[in-house]
Amino acid sequence: MTEISADDTRLHEPGMGDYFALLKPRVMSLVVFTALAGLVVAPVSMHPIEAAIAILCIAVGAGASGALNMWWDADIDARMRRTAKRPIPSGRVEAGEALAIGLALSGFSVVMLGLAANWLAAAILAFTIFFYAVVYSMWLKRSTPQNIVIGGAAGAFPPLLGWVCATGSMAPEAWLMFGLIFMWTPPHFWALALFVKSDYGDAGVPMLTETNGRRSTRNHVLGYTLALVPVALAIGFTSIGGPLYLAVSAILNIRFLKGAWDIWRRDEGQAEADNYETEKAVFRQSLYYLFLHFGALMLETSLAPFGLGGW
Amino acid sequence: MAIRVEHEMHDRRRGRNTGVGLILVGFVGIVFALTVVKVLGLGDISQMERFDHVARPQIEPAAIEASEGGAQ
Repeated sequence: MTEISADDTRLHEPGMGDYFALLKPRVMSLVVFTALAGLVVAPVSMHPIEAAIAILCIAVGAGASGALNMWWDADIDARMRRTAKRPIPSGRVEAGEALAIGLALSGFSVVMLGLAANWLAAAILAFTIFFYAVVYSMWLKRSTPQNIVIGGAAGAFPPLLGWVCATGSMAPEAWLMFGLIFMWTPPHFWALALFVKSDYGDAGVPMLTETNGRRSTRNHVLGYTLALVPVALAIGFTSIGGPLYLAVSAILNIRFLKGAWDIWRRDEGQAEADNYETEKAVFRQSLYYLFLHFGALMLETSLAPFGLGGW
Repeated sequence: MAIRVEHEMHDRRRGRNTGVGLILVGFVGIVFALTVVKVLGLGDISQMERFDHVARPQIEPAAIEASEGGAQ
């Protein structure tokens, strides 16, 4: 007679934390921050409860796309050290559960956002989930080293969503905020890719560092940073910008450009000699870069009633 | 002595059930709060009077005819 131990059930008894991990909480926190920024700087104010529910819906929608991504990518997650401990490859959550959670939360978040804010915002949220789960995860991620560039659009939608929740329409300012994250993603990610010893190649995911080489990746970091600067500065001359934002943005962009330039002129020998010090510094800087840009925009709007912010 | 079998598995189940319960309560709270905000934001409620289910003698045909006759 086979003895059944209670320990045998361990793999099929996920805790609440395992389900929460499916939603990629760290990505959700960035989504919440940038969506809040879009909502705060919009020229139309929302009722605080409607605004809070709208932000929650956007966060849940982002989490839903994260769950769908984990469902689809479970096979490659299992083959990479960084992702092997995720709920599905580690056996804590079954793939079908992640799919069900992803689909259910997608539906809930889109419908609730439509009811709380407006249906244009709900449609954009639905498109964002589709873009991340289908266009990025299912199509681009395994087929092109430019996956991070086009896929980065999914992460760029939250401030636009926040804006549309408040105003019900899109404006150049909202698209520029979209552009800021869209252009920021490649140098941010490739700076990381340069110093992390990844096993994307073993998992069959084309990463620029492995398909085109590290020299080409350094060129790309500088190229995309050069393209990012005008987008970041342009926001300063719109209705949501002002002297404070422009000053903060100018300092951040000079520093970021300097970092990208330093990455570009180094070779692998130099990078290995100091254990990728410059690449790590630029990656850390890129996190502050985005946080401070959106922080400055919100501060500019908050100071406007006192005659201090804006143009 | 009573047999008591407590396993980590039971803690996980309890945690999961509590979590789902709290999410459902939160969802009800969100829908209620949103409903209150939307209803209070309607503004002049009399604009919706025609579409409610309250008897309004002033819009019955006899009353309308009488008021039109009075106007002539």
